[in-house]
Amino acid sequence: MAAGWQITDYLFAGMVASVVLFGISGLPGLFIKKPGWGQLIATGICVIAALLGTGTAVLTVVTGSSTAGYLLDWHLPFGPCEFSADPLSALFLIPLFLASGCCAVYAVAYWPAGEHPGSEKKLTFFFGLLSAAMALVVLARNGVVLLIAWEIMALSAFFLLTTDQRDPDVQRAGMVYLIATHIGTMALFILFAMLRGTTASFAFPVPHSLSPDPGLATVILVTALIGFGAKAGIMPLHIWLPSAHANAPSHVSAMMSGVMLKIGVYGIIRTVSFFSLPPAWLGWLILCLGGISALSGIALASAQRDIKRLLACSSIENIGIIFIGLGMALIGIQTNTPLLAAFGLTGCFIHILNHALFKPLLFLGAGAIIHTTGTREIDRMGGLSRRLPRTAPLFLAGSLAICGLPPLNGFIGELFLYLGAFNDAISSPLPALALVAPLLALVGGIAVITFIKLFGTIFLGSPRSPEAAHAHEPPLAMLAPMSLFALFCLVAGVCGQLLLRLVTPAVASYAQLPTAIIDQMESSVPLASFTLLNLSLLLLILAIGVFYTRQTVKLPRATAATWGCGYLAPTARMQYTGTSFAEMASNLFAPFVTVSRSGPSLSGPLPAAARFCYATTESILDRVLIPVFQAIGLAFSYLRRMQHGQMHLYMLYIFATLFVLMMWRH
Amino acid sequence: MTDTIIHFSLILLMPPLLLGIIGKTKAAFAGRVGAPFLQPYYDLVKLLQKGSVFSETTTWIFRAGPVVTLAATLVAATLVPLGNHSAPVSFTGDMILFAYLFGLSRFFTTAAALDTGSSFEGMGAAREVTFSCLVEPTLFFALISLARMSKSLTLSTMLTYTSPDIWITAGASMLLLVGALFITLLAENCRIPFDDPNTHLELTMIHEVMVLDHSGPAFGYILYGAAMKLFVLGAIFMNIALPARTGSSLGDWGVFVVGMVLLAVLIGVVESIMARLRLIRIPQLLIAATILSAFAMLLILR
Repeated sequence: MAAGWQITDYLFAGMVASVVLFGISGLPGLFIKKPGWGQLIATGICVIAALLGTGTAVLTVVTGSSTAGYLLDWHLPFGPCEFSADPLSALFLIPLFLASGCCAVYAVAYWPAGEHPGSEKKLTFFFGLLSAAMALVVLARNGVVLLIAWEIMALSAFFLLTTDQRDPDVQRAGMVYLIATHIGTMALFILFAMLRGTTASFAFPVPHSLSPDPGLATVILVTALIGFGAKAGIMPLHIWLPSAHANAPSHVSAMMSGVMLKIGVYGIIRTVSFFSLPPAWLGWLILCLGGISALSGIALASAQRDIKRLLACSSIENIGIIFIGLGMALIGIQTNTPLLAAFGLTGCFIHILNHALFKPLLFLGAGAIIHTTGTREIDRMGGLSRRLPRTAPLFLAGSLAICGLPPLNGFIGELFLYLGAFNDAISSPLPALALVAPLLALVGGIAVITFIKLFGTIFLGSPRSPEAAHAHEPPLAMLAPMSLFALFCLVAGVCGQLLLRLVTPAVASYAQLPTAIIDQMESSVPLASFTLLNLSLLLLILAIGVFYTRQTVKLPRATAATWGCGYLAPTARMQYTGTSFAEMASNLFAPFVTVSRSGPSLSGPLPAAARFCYATTESILDRVLIPVFQAIGLAFSYLRRMQHGQMHLYMLYIFATLFVLMMWRH
Repeated sequence: MTDTIIHFSLILLMPPLLLGIIGKTKAAFAGRVGAPFLQPYYDLVKLLQKGSVFSETTTWIFRAGPVVTLAATLVAATLVPLGNHSAPVSFTGDMILFAYLFGLSRFFTTAAALDTGSSFEGMGAAREVTFSCLVEPTLFFALISLARMSKSLTLSTMLTYTSPDIWITAGASMLLLVGALFITLLAENCRIPFDDPNTHLELTMIHEVMVLDHSGPAFGYILYGAAMKLFVLGAIFMNIALPARTGSSLGDWGVFVVGMVLLAVLIGVVESIMARLRLIRIPQLLIAATILSAFAMLLILR
């Protein structure tokens, strides 16, 4: 058999081997009594799997080889079990494998078995399983296989997220996550049942084969948007996301935010590919959802005080940007403007890769900060760049990248979206799309507010609490993965061509674009000029920096305290906090951000001690969904009378149901 | 080649002169003699020779702030056409890089301000990022209108395309654009009515608050960078507001320099006859500018 193997088969075998390795990485740890060894073995396996998987996935994309389907001849009721890796799947696998390897290494120092003897086995086992399940979702070509992998993924993530299960916040976050993910799964059940109804098989239909007639197509696409979109965290379905990401261990948050959200995006992209032409409403709907998510996500983020909650809300924004790109592309495909489709998809895919580089970097950085200060509240930090001189520049790189500032990678993805919008404004019949550009600019502006607030409050100024004053640099095992991500962010930002090279095969095959269009797009975006200017920017910074340093060395220097505005005894608590920094912006975006203020009412001479509270609230969850769920719970309380623990009555129910079903069938 | 040399010499040498002219205009309005036109140059030279005082709380970010800001402004200045001459570097999509380079410089200026740990500078930083975030959509609406008119995605073509004819064919939207961009110019450079660049000690300020703890060469870099930003954004404004063409290259350079001097006088006049706005009014004016440029875009896209 091996004799007939093509290069694509070897690449696919490499990916499968990597998936299997991730899946079993936690197994040895379950049987090893001595703490720590299981985690080390698992990390070793994960690193090997990550190297193998990333390598083969990159090669699959670069060689442009669309591997044929691989059939696992299992006689299962749902038909053959098929796997395949086309450029689209491989594109999602690259960040998945990379982040899994890096986060596994990070976990060795972040969640060492010695300090957490109870949760080590669980965390190690489910971490590998989560990676493997996500990869299987991407590789699956059969609805039921996808659903099985999907459920393993969702539940592994649940167990990882509830690692610290005695904390009531974690319990609540886990419960909300569990309900949200299963409502999503329910939608997916409908989706695949409908697909089977049209194609008579659970196997994925041939791409671009289904007709986008209203009716069935609408149901399929809407259920896909609900089921996969809930996992991706688009705006009305995002409620589980901030608390889940905030309460998980940081390397798990990095995986969930950097990779797992994209699996939801993948699902939507894959489902749309079944249809010969996306329906007209779909592109606009996805574009609008993306715009809403981007704007409200970043507005929510700007008001957060919890470092990880802030990063989670910013993930909603980034998913929104990805959706804006996808929406543009679908409109382009639908209206037969291939250049718009190419720009939109390229921007969407590049942003998917970019977000999977800088978001894990930021979450891992947040983990390092929480590890050393013992708090998630940024207003209690400050001055950490003196105590953590290596973490600070890495976190700065992540912050710059996520704001889309040159010369880092976030800029490249947004560039393609801007150019798509501008190109459309110049030439095409849909100038309404041009509105994307000012929207992205506004989102970018709020992102700058948010991340200056985050970086500035944590790392700059003077420490606001004793913990922050005695923070210490994290160990190498935590710094190394962060450095790797930061390096990739810089390289990808300066050499945008590398990113473009990774996504063009997927863009071409997904939108069925001829090479001429791809070439036209590539030639109309002179990435070489951007590289040149980015390099000259870096050189200029270096030159001016050296000049400045030499100048200050020659001239007299003095050190003194910061001018305290004339106060005699300034304290660190008088600094601008993150909350005060973003307060003005939060007021401007009041429709998106609900703030609760409970101020003291002082009266009379010598008033008693008072306390002022300022908090941002989770408005959709607290004000809409929980009341609705309570009402539903009340309604269903009548049904509960049927359940009273008497076995013979339950048997009667079963018998009655079976009887009715059999009668109905005949 | 000559044009490139003139471009770089103007970019490097002319910005402080604008500040001198603004100062002189304001002095004339106030009935004073005022500082000489070259005073900003003397100030810069003196600052570059002075020693520095650093706060104990600051780190390398504080030192990187002025350096990155100046570098980013310089790179942005190579992208913008002056007068009727294309920029030395121009390519598709350079206008997006242009806008984001100012974002980068803003990130570092505000980070440097936060690095001092002073609540005063934190306040200025917060105001700066909030207001400039409101300016971004205005700029992009204007860029889209220009791109649509010139059918191009390079800053050089978009801005050198404008000619007196456009004022006749698309006068309404050009007028809206000029209004919006003038507000943007004043807001981005923290001039009156948004901010007073001459006071350092009042609680309603934005930009000047942030740089309070900088001294010596670093402060010189900041002043120089700010002047260059005024020059660069002013050049964009003048290209739209006064698209006069002489036909000869040297004549165009002359028109440009005269135009910039006029702009400086105009800013000086505005600063003399207006008071600074109350802080809560600033977002309203910025959003008004956004609406103006959005309407300009609508008129052109239609």
